[in-house]
Amino acid sequence: MSPELGHFALALACAFAFAQTILPLIGAQRRDRRLMTMAPGLALGQVIALGASFLCLIDAAISDDFSVANILENSAVTKPLLYKITGVWGNHEGSILLWALILGLCGAAVAAFGRNLPAALRARVLAVLGGVAAGFELFCLTTSDPFDRVWPAPLDGQGMNPLLQDPGLAFHPPILYTGYVGFAVPFAFAIAALIEGRVDAAWGRWVRPWAVAAWAFLTCGIALGSWWSYYVLGWGGYWFWDPVENASLIPWLSGTALMHSAIVVEKREALKIWTVLLAIATFSFSLSGTFLVRSGILNSVHAFANDPARGIFILGLLGLVIGGSLALFAWRAPSLTAGGLFSPVSREGLLVLNNILLCSICAVVLTGTMYPPFMSLLFGKTISVGKPFFDAATIPLAIPLFAFMGFGPMLPWKRAQMWPVLRRLWIAALATLLAFAVATWSLSGVLPILCATGAVWVIATSATDIANRVALFRIPLGQSFNRARFLPRAAFGAALAHAGVGVSALGLAAMSQAQHKIVEVPVGQTESLAGYDWTLAGVKTEPGPNYTALVGTIEVRHNGHLVTVMHPSKRSFNAQNQTTTEVSIHTNGFSDLYGVIGDKHGDDAHPTYVLRLHYNPLAPWMWLGALIMAFGGALSLSDRRMRVGAPRRAPAPNTVAAE
Amino acid sequence: MFQRGRHASVALAAMLFLAPVLASAVDDPSEMLPDPKQEARAEAIGSQLRCLVCQNESIEDSSAGLARDLRKVVREHVAKGENQQQVIAWMVSRYGDFIRLSPPVTVATLLLWGMPALALLAGIVGAVVIFRKKPQAAPLTDEERARLEELSRER
Amino acid sequence: MSADGPSLGRRRVMMALPLAGAGVVGAAFWGMLSGMQKGSFNPHDINAPSAGRPVPDFAVMDQTPGVGFSSHDLQAITAPVLINFFASWCIPCIAEMPQLLKLRDRLPIWGIAYKDKPDNAAGFLRHAGNPYARIGSDFEGRVAIDWGVSGVPESFLIAPDGKIVWHGAAGLNNDEVQNALDAALGQTKR
Repeated sequence: MSPELGHFALALACAFAFAQTILPLIGAQRRDRRLMTMAPGLALGQVIALGASFLCLIDAAISDDFSVANILENSAVTKPLLYKITGVWGNHEGSILLWALILGLCGAAVAAFGRNLPAALRARVLAVLGGVAAGFELFCLTTSDPFDRVWPAPLDGQGMNPLLQDPGLAFHPPILYTGYVGFAVPFAFAIAALIEGRVDAAWGRWVRPWAVAAWAFLTCGIALGSWWSYYVLGWGGYWFWDPVENASLIPWLSGTALMHSAIVVEKREALKIWTVLLAIATFSFSLSGTFLVRSGILNSVHAFANDPARGIFILGLLGLVIGGSLALFAWRAPSLTAGGLFSPVSREGLLVLNNILLCSICAVVLTGTMYPPFMSLLFGKTISVGKPFFDAATIPLAIPLFAFMGFGPMLPWKRAQMWPVLRRLWIAALATLLAFAVATWSLSGVLPILCATGAVWVIATSATDIANRVALFRIPLGQSFNRARFLPRAAFGAALAHAGVGVSALGLAAMSQAQHKIVEVPVGQTESLAGYDWTLAGVKTEPGPNYTALVGTIEVRHNGHLVTVMHPSKRSFNAQNQTTTEVSIHTNGFSDLYGVIGDKHGDDAHPTYVLRLHYNPLAPWMWLGALIMAFGGALSLSDRRMRVGAPRRAPAPNTVAAE
Repeated sequence: MFQRGRHASVALAAMLFLAPVLASAVDDPSEMLPDPKQEARAEAIGSQLRCLVCQNESIEDSSAGLARDLRKVVREHVAKGENQQQVIAWMVSRYGDFIRLSPPVTVATLLLWGMPALALLAGIVGAVVIFRKKPQAAPLTDEERARLEELSRER
Repeated sequence: MSADGPSLGRRRVMMALPLAGAGVVGAAFWGMLSGMQKGSFNPHDINAPSAGRPVPDFAVMDQTPGVGFSSHDLQAITAPVLINFFASWCIPCIAEMPQLLKLRDRLPIWGIAYKDKPDNAAGFLRHAGNPYARIGSDFEGRVAIDWGVSGVPESFLIAPDGKIVWHGAAGLNNDEVQNALDAALGQTKR
């Protein structure tokens, strides 16, 4: 019964979404309050219906209802409960439903937090969100119905690839999708602003928190995916510049640019048209990222090629959303009024530089990702664009970004003098010089050295920014502490996020010096790598629920002291004729010791085992940095001044915002 | 790994985000060159070559059978004393430019290689336009114009 | 970025650029997707550059139930020959077998068993039928690399001068591939 309920709820949500698009839009145009005030209710109704639909699907998964095709194909009685639930979004149909649910939640959030928005703006924003949602719910209903039934229902499902039963993979889609979908809100604000023909400081202030929230989720999503490949794939790799990964990096880069240019709109009413374009572009990239990677153009997954109806529907939908919004932009943007003036040396001047560099990196990643299929289409030639290209083309653009991002927030608005700011940075400069010396001594390669130096500079300048704001050591510590308490959280958030970039960059730079060794050893033999002695102390076979595992015991010693005992294993799933490796990672926060066990060789009397040993310096910092970035974003969201709908207030005299 | 079809669930992983290579790349250490310097050179060359049957991975990072064979070939050539260009040329003559993870600079890839400079230039030109803009009074709104007229009439 | 009169036209053009760009990209995607559905466009083709070149230097050992061959044999042929890389473990190879058995009447097919144990390959041919006039074994997979083969099945059409005139990197049961082979075959006959 519940699958039909779910299907009905989805149809209901779709109806709500259509109403949410049409009625408020008409209301805003006619200045009809009654129609405009329907928007929040409709958004709420839509998300409740979607939630009910989603719960029905989860219920079908938990209760092993194999009459539902989607559950039959992706679940089994023996699957652990957690993966029965998370498996709901681990397939095409379920993931579209999750996508729609998150979009519905975004709409409800705008309805709930947007009480202080002008009625017409709120109505239009919700209408745009409703329109996008309606399209995807229709897509779900017509071509990707998760509630499709099969008859007769088999006793057991076909199960899930054991490799996909992984906690990292289970929670990756919701986080990543929240990032992707979250950019729908700035997009909706941009469309609403184009319809109204008005972009002002208040608009910038309303858009910014949504962009920051989506960005923080996307940051976490990307980091989680990268971490997953690090601990699952078993050779220490963490980023492949794979089209699928790039598809998430592109909206992240343009979203980062958006977050910063919105500040300029808010504070100086400049870069307005550019910010609107960025908001449209970022959501367009998100949409394309989620859906075009499934088309088989960018990778060899022929999901759409096998079902032409899906491909046509989704391309039509993308065309409607992206093409429609860009057409609106072409029509309305030229009449938007100009913004404030500023000199190149000013805070907004550096924010412009930030946008130039971020968008350049974004353009490079986009071009590199799209070049092979376009070459193939236009010239019939096939090429590959991989890590060597992306490293060479993006890192030189990232390093100047590092140079300015830390002290950008220290510059005053409108017109600044470089010298007084630089003078305050002598400690940071000293630290960076020291870092440069250390990097030159310990790292090889120009790019890693520059990257590490830049990273330290970013962290040091971010710290200096905060120290300056609280006048650390210039006034008594107690007073500094007081100042810190009244310092806007957004300032802390920005400094933290910038420092997070530095931490990640340090990790990346250090990882270029990772060492590894592949050896074939008998039990008892010791190998040395990176100053550690790795001894294969024993190997045993352990049975698992549906696999047998070869479990190794590796003792790692440093100068004779036992550092850790690792238990990497290799699982053979007989039913699927698959093997997986369970990497063993020991981290002390500064480096990872990473051990993998491979095939058994030799005869049974004298067996030898292949071991893959890695020493990964600062590896955890790559993801730690991403977490710091996301936390910085969350911190600035908690700033009162950032909160949506909070009434605009004059800066309180006891803050040091004037500095 | 050689079959042209792909495992559906692996495809799913790829669809979400992840690089679709789930097999481990633990390999036979016997394929490594005994001389660490040569091995390092071979690794550097191998990381420039694409595993043909994978996504965007190099042959050094892949456990596919063909990648293993190509690794062996690279090491044979390195042991013979060939340099990076020679090994890559050997590979390109067999598999075309597809095998190079960093495509050659040709007329057709000019846009790709020129993109960093092009994007930066476009950004700088845009910024210069913004910064060189002369301060000018915003056009008067109808209201202001009416007020101005009123004022001039008063005089 | 001010909305003053003279530059308004230029502004309009500038603001329409993103739409134009997206339109071009969208049209290209449409072309790719429809090409992929028809089978005329595959963005994952490797396009190894073997066509138009002489056959590489190689020799493959005998594989039961056939006799091996080398580049010299191919340089000495008087009529076109189809070289087909196959393996018993490869599902698309099983799928294209009926096509090969039909094709056998039109031109000789020489098979190369790729990374296959000789026993398995022989067993496979016993069950699926044997379309090959000569069969060699490339157990190590090294001959395949010289031919630019990245997977099985792949086929090459060799003209009487020992030149590769056509290379197909997919099963012959695909209509597109079949038509391309027919066209190439027509050219060698002329």
